[in-house]
Amino acid sequence: MTSEHHKENFLTKYIWSTDHKIIGLQYGITALLWLLFGFILMLIMRYQLAYPETPIPIVGALLGEGGLLPPEMYNSLGAMHGTIMIFLGVVPLAFGAFGNYFVPLQIGAIDMAFPKLNAASYWMYFVGSIIMVTGFFVPGGAANSGWTSYPPLSNIATTGQTVWLCGMVFLITSSLLGSINILATVIQLRAEGMSWMRLPIFVWVQFITAFLLLLAFPPLEAASVLQLMDRLAGTSFFMPSGLVVSGVALSNTGGGSPLLWQHLFWFLAHPEVYVLILPAFGIVVEVIANNTRRPIWGYKSIVYAGIFLGFMSFIVWAHHMFITGMGTTMSSFFQTTTMIISIPSVVILTALFMSLWGGSIRYNTPMLFALGFLPMFGIGGLTGLPLGLAAADIYLHDTYYVIGHFHYVVAPGTIFALFAGIYYWFPKMTGKRMNETLGKLHFFFSLIFMNGVFLPMMAQGLAGVSRRLWDGGEMYAHAAGVLYLNEVMSVSAWLLGMTQIFFIVNMIISLLGKKTGEDNPWQATTLDWSATTSPPLGHGNFEVVPTVYRGPYEYSVPGADKDFTPQNEKA
Amino acid sequence: MDIPFTVKDRPDTGLYNGKLGIWLFLASEVMLFGGLFSAYVFLRTGAESWPVGSDILNVPMATLNTIFLITSSVTMVMSWASLKLNDFGKFKMYLGFTILLACGFLVVKYFEYTAKFEHHLYPSTNNFLGIYFTMTGLHVLHIVGGIIVLFYFLVPGNKMWQSDPDRFVNRIEIVGLYWHFVDLVWIFLFPVFYLL
Repeated sequence: MTSEHHKENFLTKYIWSTDHKIIGLQYGITALLWLLFGFILMLIMRYQLAYPETPIPIVGALLGEGGLLPPEMYNSLGAMHGTIMIFLGVVPLAFGAFGNYFVPLQIGAIDMAFPKLNAASYWMYFVGSIIMVTGFFVPGGAANSGWTSYPPLSNIATTGQTVWLCGMVFLITSSLLGSINILATVIQLRAEGMSWMRLPIFVWVQFITAFLLLLAFPPLEAASVLQLMDRLAGTSFFMPSGLVVSGVALSNTGGGSPLLWQHLFWFLAHPEVYVLILPAFGIVVEVIANNTRRPIWGYKSIVYAGIFLGFMSFIVWAHHMFITGMGTTMSSFFQTTTMIISIPSVVILTALFMSLWGGSIRYNTPMLFALGFLPMFGIGGLTGLPLGLAAADIYLHDTYYVIGHFHYVVAPGTIFALFAGIYYWFPKMTGKRMNETLGKLHFFFSLIFMNGVFLPMMAQGLAGVSRRLWDGGEMYAHAAGVLYLNEVMSVSAWLLGMTQIFFIVNMIISLLGKKTGEDNPWQATTLDWSATTSPPLGHGNFEVVPTVYRGPYEYSVPGADKDFTPQNEKA
Repeated sequence: MDIPFTVKDRPDTGLYNGKLGIWLFLASEVMLFGGLFSAYVFLRTGAESWPVGSDILNVPMATLNTIFLITSSVTMVMSWASLKLNDFGKFKMYLGFTILLACGFLVVKYFEYTAKFEHHLYPSTNNFLGIYFTMTGLHVLHIVGGIIVLFYFLVPGNKMWQSDPDRFVNRIEIVGLYWHFVDLVWIFLFPVFYLL
């Protein structure tokens, strides 16, 4: 340790750092800011949906003439909301921030296996995210073909799409470096005694997530390169022959296929769904085990279900493509695999519910968010089943039902889990506690308004309202009965935004507060809590590298002198 | 405290960190080129007509390039083996040959590309040429990246041979694995585009 005490100034310590904890914080802060930004884009869209063709307050002047939101701009906001939330917000927060900070701590490693690559990964992400939003300043505005960038629309879209593709290449490189790092760290740097079946579930899910990122992202990189060629070199990989746009025949030679993009894109984007949800499972497991004060129910079932989930996620992608005309044989195959992949999710969720049984539950803020996660993710998962069956999907495809479904998975699902993680690990990262009252207000209001936003979407979708409508469905006679819900959702969304003030204020006053001096305030068993100080030492994490003697969740062991037995406590 | 297993193998996995890292990276590369080869199959099976590669592309030149790359893979192994045998001079010689052969590959590729452009054959001409230029172009980028790294180890980076020889040998092994992969991609590209 002493040899590491060379001169460190602000720049080397916090900006060009190779310490996994600092990089984790960099990821976390950047990702939270992007989440806020993506959220604000959505608030603008919701105003337009609730009150079509009324000037947008506050930011209206930036958007278009007379403060009105032009349709092209609405499309840009939609595409960028999706892109920012997923690629710049949730994944970097769940995998980049939490993975970076806590995987080495939980396995007893002094840093990641490749610290310099780790820093490179963050900076790639940072540059990629800046490139993404510069799209707003090029002629024609940011990418406006949806976050899925389906050709041929995206091929003939404005320059923003090229910017989007370039940004994507950076983000993919970043996640490639990050995933190699997590995998190598978990395989190579586990402390003595930390066998695979003694890994905390959080480490397991990060490990599986890293595999998904490593193997699923490259096909999107391939697809991005092909689309860049289409847009810049005039190839026709995704352009069918004889395409006519606004009455003018395109000059491309044609012969390509828009379906090719969809296959390559969803080959990434379905595993991506599990990249979004697996880290959430991991955080929820940690929080629930700690706050029920009993071992997690079915440790091995969760691990094997997670591995199976990761494997299956590679062979379900075309369930996003049932109405493309790819044929019923393909549809049958993919709807079967889709039904199968729901099983491991149910196994994990059941194990978590069973873990609550008979526990002495502490209802603190992280636990409330974790408990909120369970039914919310349950709704998200169950509403997905009709979409996985081709017959039902034909009716529901591209309606608000789909939007409601996947937002239940990521918003009150994953984001609740991420909040749980922030409240749970805040004392570890700062040595300070977050305010419980503000935290509980944050939770209860978020829970109410999240449902206020996403539940009406299901009703609208079942009534046949399509997604991506600039006027919120006003032009459709069949939607008339459910259009009043637009205002309900929008008001809920703004209130949800205001609720986040509790969180931001809590964060600030907690950071300004005094250190508690407790290293393990939750009395947890995993190494991140039991073997390090709060916050952990700069380079090196541990005063003495720990040795592991037992499994990760030994709570309330009969005969023990306290209700938790840390992993590094001698047998 | 230093990060463990940067040079020595971890006993239970039998790997040092960098070697595991490069294998993971190559797995990801397989998926990248796998995605592109799948795109090739998808485009070709969906096309009304697909040209015969040898009618458009120059098979003798590509054969020469195949020989260049396979030989460079051999010299790459030789340079690593020479280091293992503590023969720094031979290591430099073989690594120099590897770089030379790689540059030879690029020169041939340059003549191939310009010949196409002179006949007004561009990526936009048809999807065969489009995917040909995209995939071989991406492969060329991999070659260029490889040359930069190999050159680094040949000249500015070889001081590590004095300061930390074990680690230096590992690095050569790692770049060698990458180089063999790049070679292997060409072994697939050659028949797919020129012969089939």
